[in-house]
Amino acid sequence: MSTATQTSLALEMPSDTYLNSSYGVKSWFLTGDHKRIAVMYIVSISLMFLLGGVFATLVRLELLTPAGDLFQSDTYNKLFTMHGVVMIFGFLVPSIPVTIGNFLIPIMVGARDLAFPKINLASWYIYIIGMIFMLAAIISGGVDTGWTFYTPLSTQYLTTHVMFTAIGILIAGFSSIFTGLNFIVTVHRMRAPGMTWFRLPLFVWSNYAASIIMVLGTPVLAITLILVALERGLHIGIFNPALGGDPVLFQHMFWFYSHPAVYIMILPGFGVISEIIPCFARKRIFGYSAIAFSSIAIAVFGFLVWAHHMFIAGISTYSALIFSFVTFLVAIPSAIKVFNWTATLYKGSIHFDTPMLYALAFIGLFTIGGLTGLFLGAIGVDMHVTATYFVVAHFHYVMVGGMLVAYLAGMHFWWPKMTGRMYPEAPAKLSALIVFIGFNLTFFPQFILGYMGMPRRYHSYPPEFQVLNVLSTAGASVLAVGLLMPMFYMLWSLKYGEIAGNNPYRATGLEWQTTSPPPTHNFHETPIVTQEAYDYESQTEEVEVVG
Amino acid sequence: MSDSQTTTLQAHHHHDPSLLVQFDTAYQQKDASQFGMWVFLITEIMFFGGLFGAYLIYRNLYNPAFVAASTSIAIKWGAINTAVLICSSLTMAMGVHSAALGARKLLVFWLGATLVLGSVFLGIKGIEYYDKYTEHHIPGANFDFNYDRAEKGEKLVPADVATQTSIFFALYFAMTGMHALHMIIGAGILVFLIWRAYHGAYPPHHYTMVENFGLYWHFVDIIWIFLFPLLYLVSRSPVH
Amino acid sequence: MSAGGDHIVSPKIYVTIWLILLAFTGITVAAAYQNFGIFNPIIALTIACTKATLVILFFMHVKYSPKMIALVIGCGLFFLSILMVLTCADYLSRAWIM
Ligand SMILES: [Cu+2]
Repeated sequence: MSTATQTSLALEMPSDTYLNSSYGVKSWFLTGDHKRIAVMYIVSISLMFLLGGVFATLVRLELLTPAGDLFQSDTYNKLFTMHGVVMIFGFLVPSIPVTIGNFLIPIMVGARDLAFPKINLASWYIYIIGMIFMLAAIISGGVDTGWTFYTPLSTQYLTTHVMFTAIGILIAGFSSIFTGLNFIVTVHRMRAPGMTWFRLPLFVWSNYAASIIMVLGTPVLAITLILVALERGLHIGIFNPALGGDPVLFQHMFWFYSHPAVYIMILPGFGVISEIIPCFARKRIFGYSAIAFSSIAIAVFGFLVWAHHMFIAGISTYSALIFSFVTFLVAIPSAIKVFNWTATLYKGSIHFDTPMLYALAFIGLFTIGGLTGLFLGAIGVDMHVTATYFVVAHFHYVMVGGMLVAYLAGMHFWWPKMTGRMYPEAPAKLSALIVFIGFNLTFFPQFILGYMGMPRRYHSYPPEFQVLNVLSTAGASVLAVGLLMPMFYMLWSLKYGEIAGNNPYRATGLEWQTTSPPPTHNFHETPIVTQEAYDYESQTEEVEVVG
Repeated sequence: MSDSQTTTLQAHHHHDPSLLVQFDTAYQQKDASQFGMWVFLITEIMFFGGLFGAYLIYRNLYNPAFVAASTSIAIKWGAINTAVLICSSLTMAMGVHSAALGARKLLVFWLGATLVLGSVFLGIKGIEYYDKYTEHHIPGANFDFNYDRAEKGEKLVPADVATQTSIFFALYFAMTGMHALHMIIGAGILVFLIWRAYHGAYPPHHYTMVENFGLYWHFVDIIWIFLFPLLYLVSRSPVH
Repeated sequence: MSAGGDHIVSPKIYVTIWLILLAFTGITVAAAYQNFGIFNPIIALTIACTKATLVILFFMHVKYSPKMIALVIGCGLFFLSILMVLTCADYLSRAWIM
């Protein structure tokens, strides 16, 4: 069905969708429908994102002036800690998998639901309980360990609510494990007839790779946090140097999860970009299997590099060399993806719709974030810039410029599928532009600050750093505007948006063949797949009306 | 284009009330839940793996302390408990076997036997913990490794080694404690399974729940199979 | 039990495995009282691995299950060994000097 014929008809909302199949509070809170659970997750993680954003705003306000005048240093410690904890465990780790992934993976593989709908619902409740613990910690006075909970600071010295926060993260971890487990089984066992592994959309591959990390890494974080809690509560001394314990062992165990965790956050983003680029370049994705395998390679190599966070913690020189070397290796699969996306764009007929604008921003920002990661992976450079704003900038280029931008790209791209209505194009394009400008203005100066030696996690700084800090805070306010805009126009579009039709972008993939929004069991008939995922070139003859 | 990719497959029928809507066949349903169970057990491997890793490192760092501490725990109870758990693995396997044959009463019997053996294990674990408590070997609670060694005719260890033994005991309690927690959860599920099995909830071909629980129970057994030598046995002879 | 074609394992096999496991437990306890030096932990862990393998293959039916299950287990053990080996690599090489 071409867009031309579609738009010429007056589009109507389908009569039978997952949104109107049943009503009432119970029909949502006891649902097994992966699409409804995805919607519940979107609301929950958006709230956590706003909360994390409030903390970020306060941090940037404090750093507007060199003197620590707005907050006490203790308060400032709490602010950046809670910004990190809320953003990472409340938003970034669940983000794309539990929302877009939850909504789309069953549809993309041609299934009626995930393999275990009850576990999926349970994962949401567990996430909420985890967040309640975290919020309890925040309300009762907060926590100031930094999001990394380094021992013995967290176990011996601080009197803040480390326990509550650790338990919250532990609980949220189980939610993550359940999601990963569900995805793995679904991809293995629920594919529609004809849906071979190499016909799977790359979004499925990348979420599958992220799920492997969730399942293998999160339990190690869980036991580490349990040991921290035992140590703090019962003083058992596993990480306490006074009793012969080794704090560096905590770092090993923590980073065994937390380095791969950044791939939990970014891999699904790669998947989103791999769907959007071919659609708006109207071309088959270049190097499908290279991109698919690079996701798996990232998941595996991601487990071999964790000690690059510990070069100055006193690990042995030899193992530092190995970890540094493997860190460079992990850049290869990431680069493979960037090259393949670029090659897909080459000679494509590119349409600059909002998702595509976000996707292009992603490629640029992620490349900067990734390459500066290599600076940090080199032991010599890391000694110089570790624990400075260089690290902060690198991390935000990957997590905000990469993951958050990919999340926004995906939310725009699949919004018509989720809601049946289009987002308004003009403000959406504007928001993409504002986010891009605001983001760079916020974080690029931080690279320079870090290189000049400004350490992170202090509320005051020497006056010569002020100009760049003012730029950064100004950028943060621009970025905030860009991020708040979608919240408003997306909500607006729920009622007033144009009715989208089944396939507003003439995209390939099973999700575009069912109605928008899809019916409760996704398809009226089980699809039989006969083609690869990105067959855009057979439709190039059709009229181009997109954009 | 939608027509070229989608053709009709026979509509999805529900002859079987126990077939969940997302699955096409009973085979797929059973296969998926077993696969899921194994993936879950992998997460458990990694969970205990963190503890085993910590054990390995500290054992290397503080070998004399680990030898002294390990020798102070009663090999007798550990060995008996190992046998108890191995027996419970047999009764569990027999339970799954009975379920496959559709022998309801036998299933209830074997599950009951598993529950009894599991409780015996936990009881013995309780005795061991109590002994450690009376010997002041619980880190964080007036820990003193040399507390009653003199009156028992055992050699006192130097102060620094005595401090390091607390690391061994911290790991001992963390590892056996996490294991016991898994046993307690398992016993709770067993009570539920026995009650359901008694009411005939697991006919042949619909006993995946029993099978998956069996996998869990055997897994917990395997953890103990490693905990026993690591905590009770390997440090008895000092390595030079 | 392989999904679908329920493979019924004879109770005889279960009892045999059970007896072997008990025998190994006896052996490993007896061996702990002898001083084999460096070989004590090696013997104990070899026996433990053998016991675990028997439980996995027979009690947990992996011998009769799809190959995929073995792959999943192998995958878990692989990542477990990464955790152990790379962490230990740091501790063991700390005393070395460049
Ligand atoms: Cu890292």
